Formats: sequence, C-alpha cells, structure tokens
Amino acid sequence: MILEFERPIKDFEERIVELRRLAGPSQELRGEISRLEDALEAARKRIYANLSPYQRVQVARHPARPNFRAYHDALTDDFYELSGDRLFGDDPAVRGGFARLRHGGHNVVLIGHDKGTDVKSRVKGNFGMAHPEGYRKVKRLYELAGRFGLPAVVLVDTPGAFAGREAEERGQAWAISADLMALATIPVPVISVIIGEGCSGGALAMCAADYVGMLENSYLSVIAPEACASIIFRDPGRAAEAAEALKLTARDMKERGIVDEVLPEPLGGAHNEPEAAVETVGESLNRMLSGLADTDPEALREARYERYRRIGAHASEKGLAG
Amino acid sequence: MAARGARGPLRSFAGRGGGVGIRNWLSKRREYSRSAPETESGVGPIDSVFTKCERCGQPIYEKDLRARFNVCPHCEFHYPLPAPERVRLLTDRGSFRERDGGMFAEDPLGFDDYGQKLERARRKTGLDDAVLSGTCAIGGRRVALAVLDFRFIGGSMGSVVGEKVARTVELADAEGLPLVVVSASGGARMFEGVYSLMQMAKTSVALSRFVEGSWPYVSILTDPTFGGVTASFATAADVVIAEPGARIGFTGARVIEQTTKERLPEGFQTAEFQRNHGMIDRIVHRLTLRGDLERLLGFLS
Repeated sequence: MILEFERPIKDFEERIVELRRLAGPSQELRGEISRLEDALEAARKRIYANLSPYQRVQVARHPARPNFRAYHDALTDDFYELSGDRLFGDDPAVRGGFARLRHGGHNVVLIGHDKGTDVKSRVKGNFGMAHPEGYRKVKRLYELAGRFGLPAVVLVDTPGAFAGREAEERGQAWAISADLMALATIPVPVISVIIGEGCSGGALAMCAADYVGMLENSYLSVIAPEACASIIFRDPGRAAEAAEALKLTARDMKERGIVDEVLPEPLGGAHNEPEAAVETVGESLNRMLSGLADTDPEALREARYERYRRIGAHASEKGLAG
Repeated sequence: MAARGARGPLRSFAGRGGGVGIRNWLSKRREYSRSAPETESGVGPIDSVFTKCERCGQPIYEKDLRARFNVCPHCEFHYPLPAPERVRLLTDRGSFRERDGGMFAEDPLGFDDYGQKLERARRKTGLDDAVLSGTCAIGGRRVALAVLDFRFIGGSMGSVVGEKVARTVELADAEGLPLVVVSASGGARMFEGVYSLMQMAKTSVALSRFVEGSWPYVSILTDPTFGGVTASFATAADVVIAEPGARIGFTGARVIEQTTKERLPEGFQTAEFQRNHGMIDRIVHRLTLRGDLERLLGFLS
C-alpha cells in the first residue's frame, strides 16, 4: 500500500528500478541511477521530517507496519501462548502468554493486540479491536503476572475496543474497567509500548503502566481523528484537522509527560525497515526491564498510583487559573 | 470514544417522541418566563405551563414534573435530572456539604471552541463543571457523594470530573464513609484529548485503594451513561443500580449501527437489557431510590 504523501518516494523507487532494468549489466546509466538514489534519500528525509499528525496516524495504520506477530517472532526465543477468558471464549484480537525475551533473557508475560498480517488473519483478529472476552483474557494475564512475579510487557496497537452489539451484550465497558482496576494494583512492573495505534479506552486498558514507550509514528488518543471530526466538524473528511487538534503524536505525549520515551523509527517509518523498528523496541524493553527488575512491589504500586493520580492536573482553583 | 457515546444517545433521545424535545421546550419556556412579569398572585407564569410527555404524549404541568423529580406522572418515563436536584432527591434535607467547589477546567489543548463551550455550560447550569461532590447524610448515615450532570457538556469526564471523583473516593477512604456516585455521561471529554482518557486511569487508581477497605461503593447509572465513564469508575462498584429505561453502554447505539450496519434490537442498552445480561444489580425507580439506598447501606455499614 502506498500512502498519498509517500508518492514522491515511490516515484523515485520506480524510476530507479526502471533505469536498472534498462542499463542491464552496462555501467552507462550509473551516474543517473546514483543521482536518483540521492534524490530518493533526500525525499524520504524531507517527507518524514515534516509529517503532519494525521500523516503519522496513517503511518501508524500502515498494513506493512510490524505488528504483534513480528515482535513476538523476533524478540522472544520462547512464546508460550495462553488462551481464553474462562467465561465466554478466546479473542484472537489480543494475544498473550509467557515469553522469554532474547534481549536480556527476561521471563515476562507478553500481551498485545494482534492486527494480523494478511486479509485472513486481519479479519480473524478483528483488526486489533478486542471484545470483552479479549479484555478479560488480558485481566487473567495481568493476574498471572502478579501471582508469579513476572513483569508484564504490553504492546499496544488498536483502533479501539470493538463497537458492536455482542461486545455491548457481554459488557465491553465492564471488561475495560476491570482491566484498569487490575493494572492499578498488580505488584510487578508493567511496561507498555505503543507500537502503532493507541485509541480510546481499548488502548488505555493496556497502557496505564509503570513505563510507557511510544514508537515515533504511533499515536495515542481518546478518539479516532475521523470520529472526532465527524462530531466536531460534522465532517469525517476533516480528520487531519482533528488529528492536529487532539495533539496525539508521540512527541506531544512525551512533552506532556504522558509517556516516558519516544522510540525513533527507521527513516521512512517502521514499515520501511521492520526489523530495525522491532530491534529498537527490544532494546528499550531490555533497558526498562533491567532497570525495574529489583523494584519493591509496594514501591511500584505506590509510584503507579502517584503517576495516574496526578495526570491531567488541569483543574485549578478560582483565582489561580492561568 | 467519548462523544461517540454522547451523541448517539442524545440523538435517539430526541427521536423517541418526535417533534420538539421536552427539554428544549422547557428551557425555552423558562427563558420566556424569566423575562415575563410576575402575575399579581405572585405565581410566576412558569407554574401555569404545561407540556406534553415525549414518551406517552400526555399533558403534564411542569410543576408536577418538577415535584416528581422529572418523572412523568402518567408513564413514569425518567427524564434527565440536574445534579442539584439529584442531591435534593437522595440526601437528608440540608445535609449536603459541597467539597472542591470552584475547580475549573482549563483548555489544555487549545481545542477549537472548548473555552466558549465551558463558559456556556457554566452559565446554563450554574455549575463549575459536570460534577457536584461532597458529603451528605442518607437516612442519617454520612456518605461521600458525587453526582454527574448531563447538562454540562454531556456530563463528559475531563480533568475536573476525574479529579473531583478521585477526591470523593479519597475522602470516603480517609473518613471511612460509604461512597455513592451517580453517573450521567457521554464518556470522556474529547476536547481535553488524552488528558480526558487518562481520567479513566485516575479514577481507577483511586478506587483500587478504596475497594481494599471495607466501605461500600454504590454506583447509580442514569440516562445516559457511556464511554469512558462506564469503562472506568461507574462499573467498578460493589453494587450497581440503574434507573428504569436508562441507556447504558460503552459505544452509543448510533455509532454501532453505523459501523456494523446491524439493526439493533428493541431496548438495546437499556437498564433492563443490562440487567438481563448480568451487568447491573437492580433497577430502581427514581422516587424510591433514596429508600432503596438507605436499605442497602444498612446492610453494608
């Protein structure tokens, strides 16, 4: 898939391929090809240095962006998957289990939204939009992590909790609320990385953590920009404006103290060099897990309480308002 | 998520009876009556106003409606109730002491016309934000109480609502009081962006400590309660009560119909629907709510 703003990059790539084909084994067009390669690199830099918030949202949604599968394949040498919420069923939109991370050899409970890699798996995982049984499975996994003293590592990549009849019948809101309550008290480190989309309560149920990292082009928002635009401007076509207004980029989140770290993506976005992006996340996880390994469980819970109790101190008493 | 919930219910609400919504109509009458001279008898023209119930079509005197806390005397339909009226309904006379008054929302993102929206909502409701909180007595028993007001930007949860609910939880914890929270909300207040989302985490961490103690938390869901409010403090209670017919859920019905193209069944997301699906404990008529709470608190304190 080609994003609209990536078109100049694609054009250069196509011309280079074409010239290479024409040139064959001869050295004749070498100068021209090399000139185009420089131009391609420059276009990538120019375009990716100036991405608008909505363009970042599109990068975050790119189908070739590495997803949960890419991470558990590359970052774990053993992923022992667990299933089911013990009440209704198993939701393939979120997956998790015990895992040993290659970086540092940490044993953790690994959880993440699974958007899938092709049409079939995307449909199976409902494009990363979980049902209540998914959030209840997540709660089970949080509790297992707490019970066995394993850090929870959560990879967030969701357009939101699923909005559907059955999700409502089975208590979507109740399931998310229960996750937030569980997260508030589990006595082990919780580390979340937003690797793509982080939208609405469906994302928050998996990122109210001790440490939150965000890949450079991922986003975190209370509402999808399209939905926001259709409410505020009565026009979903004005999503770019809404994305701007919502201040949803990784840099915005870091500036506002909502997340702890912005993880740089390879030039041209994580989809351009998936292995490099996955590696960056792996290194960051190792660093954080090593740092939090010996923290006293009570101190962790206390720090987590303080962190979320304080957020959004934008209420001010009369007379003190800025 | 937030306003998805907020808009859906509002729309379908207006669609129920057709024509001008009773609330619009009543507020127009009130504007008129404020400007109109008082009659010689001292009875304002407002007392002679009657309207038609949106649900059953029967005529109702406004003063009858107000005396019954916005419940239709003919069909018992529960109209939304302003927070100060809710406090009057539930608490022993004169016992309510407001806490954390004078706390105002800022506009942390400089979002469109949010500042003006706040101003309008303050003028319209006389409230600082969408929640009224404090201590009160219910049947002689001291209780920490927070009440959301749907008139204030759809009862949406921004930093002020999150902060005041969290403070009410902490007050109950510190003083060893039962906690009662009455919700009416479209969800998170999207004009505050990620800060509004984070209020779900804020209220949850506060509650996670409270529920380790032995004091009860009773959540009362009224029409409508959606989005981030339902998905955080409103459902994390020991006992969840709802008013008859109240629409309660995560995503509003209109958005679900748009995204899934599915026709939703009659009564979808009503209190009765949620009770049948095991999500709430009891449905209690507004005019018996105080007595019901007294009974419940009697068991738990």
